[in-house]
Amino acid sequence: MKADNEVLLQVVNLEKHFPITSGFVFENQVGAVKAVDGISFEVLKGETLGLVGESGCGKSTLGRTILRLHRPTSGEVFFEGKNLVELKGKALRKVRRRAQMIFQDPYSSLNPRTTVYEIISEPLQIHNIATGKECVERVQELLNNVGLNHRFVNRYPHEFSGGQRQRIAIARALALNPEFIVCDEPISALDVSIQAQIVNLLEELQDEFKLTFLFIAHDLSMVRHISSRVAVMYLGKLVELTDRDQLYTDPQHPYTKALLSAVPIHDPLVEEKRRRIILEGDVPSPAHPPKGCNFNTRCPLAERKCFEDEPLFRQVSPDIWCACHLV
Amino acid sequence: MLEVKELKTIFSTRDGDINAVNGVSFFLQPGEALGIVGESGSGKSVSMLSIMGLIPDPPGKIVGGEVLFQGRDILKMSPHDLREMRGNRIAMVFQEPLTSLNPVLTIGNQISESVLIHTGRDKRQAINRTVELLNMVGIPEAENRLNDYPHQFSGGMCQRVMIAMALSCDPQLLIADEPTTALDVTIQAQIVDLVTRLRKELGMAVIWITHDLGVVASCVDKVIVMYAGQIVESAPLKEFYANPSHPYSIGLLRSLPRLDSKIHQKLISIEGAPPNLIDLPDCCPFVPRCKNAVEKCKDNNPPLRKINSSHKISCWVDIPQNEKT
Repeated sequence: MKADNEVLLQVVNLEKHFPITSGFVFENQVGAVKAVDGISFEVLKGETLGLVGESGCGKSTLGRTILRLHRPTSGEVFFEGKNLVELKGKALRKVRRRAQMIFQDPYSSLNPRTTVYEIISEPLQIHNIATGKECVERVQELLNNVGLNHRFVNRYPHEFSGGQRQRIAIARALALNPEFIVCDEPISALDVSIQAQIVNLLEELQDEFKLTFLFIAHDLSMVRHISSRVAVMYLGKLVELTDRDQLYTDPQHPYTKALLSAVPIHDPLVEEKRRRIILEGDVPSPAHPPKGCNFNTRCPLAERKCFEDEPLFRQVSPDIWCACHLV
Repeated sequence: MLEVKELKTIFSTRDGDINAVNGVSFFLQPGEALGIVGESGSGKSVSMLSIMGLIPDPPGKIVGGEVLFQGRDILKMSPHDLREMRGNRIAMVFQEPLTSLNPVLTIGNQISESVLIHTGRDKRQAINRTVELLNMVGIPEAENRLNDYPHQFSGGMCQRVMIAMALSCDPQLLIADEPTTALDVTIQAQIVDLVTRLRKELGMAVIWITHDLGVVASCVDKVIVMYAGQIVESAPLKEFYANPSHPYSIGLLRSLPRLDSKIHQKLISIEGAPPNLIDLPDCCPFVPRCKNAVEKCKDNNPPLRKINSSHKISCWVDIPQNEKT
């Protein structure tokens, strides 16, 4: 969990807009869904950066765009000194060995027609890392690493429970010895008693293989548990990025405050004393974000300035980045 | 008001009978809020559907037990009486608001339908009542939204519409089946707040089904924990969180990280996975995952027993206080 201050991944002004088209033959672009709208941050080597936000805020798109599963609209992503946005073909494939992804839903991220062996060995074969006996041994080793019996190699995904499938997906991500893994809500499709198993596994693997995680989730208590720093996203933009303890004890942005106060704590004595900030209304559509600050439609503190100028995502103190006029 | 005794529901499949609900008993007083907690497949939703008489038969079948609502056994009611009671005196809110609303009917139509069926008002009065209900659940400009379709509402708004529909005939019991699971935390807070306020205003009883031990802590009076179709623990809210006594409840509470905890601890997980409900052995269903199991647990399935005046567990073992937190 300890991070040296070496930067592993740097994202600069990343944008991903999905076009909205109309017309049948000649499709005209009439607008854009601004899923990721000018995001900059750094991930330090060996840390877990938590990324939280409500559904539709663009956190999964951000994770996918960083790994080039989506082609970014503009911006730069530097990983180990290379700009991923400009890479193509062989060079891109080479980098992808070092950066992997774990998806949310273990029921749809594993091909139902392939065996566990085929699923986990596929990356090894694509990158010509291991063949034959060596490959079999590597797959068995990976299964042991994620706490599955190595005799399961010839079974199909439907023979496993949700937690076990997520372990298979983790083994696949580890196959190429990556440096960096984007975990896109890896536990939210799992039952409560299984979630802790997977989080513990991820933490053990991080220690063992010196991994760096970008941990995307909407469960704030789990993010607090696993992350060293946390970024909060709202409507395609980062609103706050700070140290984990700082964020949870002294949040700066009004959205972060409301989000934290909305999380129920499983202790009725604490719940009785808490005062909730209940946000009015819903998240606006990312196709038509409001003018000025994105949060001004729901912000209890919004002033005139908030409806006119967009706040910059700036460093307000050495550890705190925040995008709000009032901080 | 509601008393469930030894309810048993099975589903027949090619592989054998699934024992979805396996002898569930509890009671509820007027105005009380009960939280039922359990993982998927623990039987919490199926017990509620059984109470409402909504189990599809076949493949499902209620094979035993009684459900007494205000003195009458629901399981023995005629379809006509059942229809009169459902929606009128017991109402239900489901998990996925967008799939439980009819996409091709307007919101106004869907809410006024139950008002027309159950209260004998004419169409204009029903529309007025609908507007009143929409205002009550906090939908702005309710008059103008009567002719909107569900796709024009967000998830949180649809759930408000579902609640308005459930409240349309002033039910004495509202069953909320994971009403916030599909919603974001800020919207979840809105809905929890809304149901708590309406419960106080209207004096109805609420059964709140969830897998989230945090939601339960803020909005109910007593808690039931279910595992493999059985009740494993039942206690008043504060007693439950201060003194959880079944190894499964203790394990669940310990496996959750707390937003307000001071130090970083490793999560203590429950190893293994829930059992297959098709051939449940005669022993305690939690034995394979239990750290406190003794020889007796493998031979007999423990009945619910009282450990103090209001707190019941189904476990043979008394776990010492220092292992609970």
